[in-house]
Amino acid sequence: MTTTSTLLVASGFFFIGLFGVLVRRNILIVLMSIELMLNAVNLTFAAFSRELEQAAGQMAVFFVITVAAAESAVGLGLLITLFRNLKTVNTDQIQALKE
Amino acid sequence: MLALILALPLVGFLINGVFGRRFSAKIAGSIASAAILGAFVISVSKFFELYSMDESSRVIEQVVFQWITVGDFSLPFVLRLDPLSSIMTLVVTGVGFLIHVYSIGYMDHDRTPPKFFAYLNLFSFAMLALVLGGNLPIMFLGWEGVGLCSYLLIGYWYEDDAKASAGKKAFIVNRIGDLGFLVGIFTLFGLFGTLDFVAIKDVAAQNATTVSIATLTFATVCLFIGAMGKSAQFPLYVWLPDAMAGPTPVSALIHAATMVTAGVYMIARMNFLFALCPTTLMIVSGVGAFTALFAATIALAQNDIKKVLAYSTVSQLGYMFMAVGVGAYVAGVFHLVTHAFFKALLFLGSGSVIHGMHEEQDIMKMGGLKKYMPKTFLTFAIGTIAIAGIPPFAGFFSKDEILWNAFSSHHGLAGTALWGVGALTAFLTAFYMTRLTCLTFLGAPRFDAHHTHPHESPNVMVVPLLILAGLSMVGGFIGIPGHSWLAHWLTPVVGPHSAAHDSMEYILMAVSVLIAAAGCGLAYFIFVARPEIAAKSAKQLAAIRKVLSNKYYVDEAYDGLFVGPIKKLSVALWKHFDVKVIDGLVLGVARVSKAAGEIARIAHTGELQLYAVAVVFGLIAILGYMIYGINL
Repeated sequence: MTTTSTLLVASGFFFIGLFGVLVRRNILIVLMSIELMLNAVNLTFAAFSRELEQAAGQMAVFFVITVAAAESAVGLGLLITLFRNLKTVNTDQIQALKE
Repeated sequence: MLALILALPLVGFLINGVFGRRFSAKIAGSIASAAILGAFVISVSKFFELYSMDESSRVIEQVVFQWITVGDFSLPFVLRLDPLSSIMTLVVTGVGFLIHVYSIGYMDHDRTPPKFFAYLNLFSFAMLALVLGGNLPIMFLGWEGVGLCSYLLIGYWYEDDAKASAGKKAFIVNRIGDLGFLVGIFTLFGLFGTLDFVAIKDVAAQNATTVSIATLTFATVCLFIGAMGKSAQFPLYVWLPDAMAGPTPVSALIHAATMVTAGVYMIARMNFLFALCPTTLMIVSGVGAFTALFAATIALAQNDIKKVLAYSTVSQLGYMFMAVGVGAYVAGVFHLVTHAFFKALLFLGSGSVIHGMHEEQDIMKMGGLKKYMPKTFLTFAIGTIAIAGIPPFAGFFSKDEILWNAFSSHHGLAGTALWGVGALTAFLTAFYMTRLTCLTFLGAPRFDAHHTHPHESPNVMVVPLLILAGLSMVGGFIGIPGHSWLAHWLTPVVGPHSAAHDSMEYILMAVSVLIAAAGCGLAYFIFVARPEIAAKSAKQLAAIRKVLSNKYYVDEAYDGLFVGPIKKLSVALWKHFDVKVIDGLVLGVARVSKAAGEIARIAHTGELQLYAVAVVFGLIAILGYMIYGINL
């Protein structure tokens, strides 16, 4: 498995995630897509870590996983509050930033 | 030490103005009077210090601090006491002190006496700065300061609309004069490059032949316009009669004895410049003579006790300008001093009457007050005799000095004409002052004795009256013709006294005494001995009376010529220029930015993911630029 093919897979994941973030209306799916993007980045780190034979890349992966976990927790918390207040989790119905 | 003369009233002002809120009239008045008394005592000691000096070097100077320093121009705050300013300082603090004491009684029932006394002290400070200032800007500072205090005190009872607008009128009319004064100062600075009186005198003396007389004439006329405003000369006199809306002690101090004489003092102070401009002097004496006669005729038909005195003040100030206009500075200053005595006395006397009559000012509703207020009557009568020019009271000497100088100043017709106007004014003065005294104090009471109970004023008011009456009796002896102490004393400032004395002077003197006596006698005859003549002649002269009692309709003319058009112009500017152009501009800017906001708002849909799309494409654009360096 070459580095190039790994990076191709990673960028595939990343753009699938990006597409999800931009297109899907359900915030839960959006959060999941963000996770997908983060993991695509993780894969890239790991690939370069092996290519360059340096451990720093894998260290970064652990940090990203930690931050991603925290982000999910905060994101889901916000999601619950949002749902309680607005009875919806669809982004096209939540447009408070307009005003 | 000179600074202390100024500092004491200023301290008095600060004490009453800052901490005085709850002071009674007695406490506030005592503080204010003590401050002026202190200034008076120092003035007297400085006067004697000056007196003991050598005649040619009689100047005391003090640089208090450096006021303005810009580049190589520096202006010290310098005070200078010379024979002229020492006389003025004594008058301002001396008469001022008496009026302060009087005010303690007069303002007893007022609601805010500390404010009144604070203003009064501030006025004294400004007036002393005007008098003692060693250069034109300090004089101007005092000049504006007294104008401000005059405004504050005329409108002292500002709840009354008429009084508040009288204050405004005084302030606005004075602005016109002050503009002239300011232009005069600038022109003088341009001509001489200095603002100090002594320095200007030196430069003017060195360049007497080369200096442009036309420019100097312009400058002195501008200064005289300033004097016209402050000293109420035609055509800027209209504010002074209205200024009687203020409390009576204010009328006595500011609008009779001190502030209104500032113009005369200024011309006497700058006499070396006016002497170079015969045209200006002609204007000064002409305006003075005209004002003297003009105001005296108006005074004939006024029924408000204070208005008569106000027009009399305008008229007497005209006398002083006539004197300085013919180069008789000593006579002008002499009349200034004696006038300060007897006019302050008359005003305070009228205040005593008004106080005793419970705020009644119409002399047609008085009469017979002699019985109720004997001391006020006595002092008022002395003031009347003094202003009428009956010897040996003060007014006789100063008035005759002016008449003689006017007569001998120009050969031929001009001198005689000035003398004639002066003599006619003297007759009218004697007449209307006697009329005022008779209608107020003599004859049968014309008020309702059941409801009005006139009473003599308290001692705190009567004692200043008595002192001023004494001064009005003996004040003239500082200028006995031929042996004038005042002329001798003022020589270092205004130069040697020119008018020669000959037998003609004594003939004219006798004539003017006869004139004064005739005026007094006629008025007494008409208003006391034969009141029926007064009623009959009033009917016959109804047309003239109407014009006079309406003051020649000058106020109406000014309203029509200046006030009305300016108001109309202002309204037009407001409705058209202000509302449409100015407001249009401001609101237009607001509308433009609001419209721009509406356009920008289209992009802000509130759809989170649209923002994310923008972020992504922006990021891609930036990355692309960084990597490939695409020039967009």
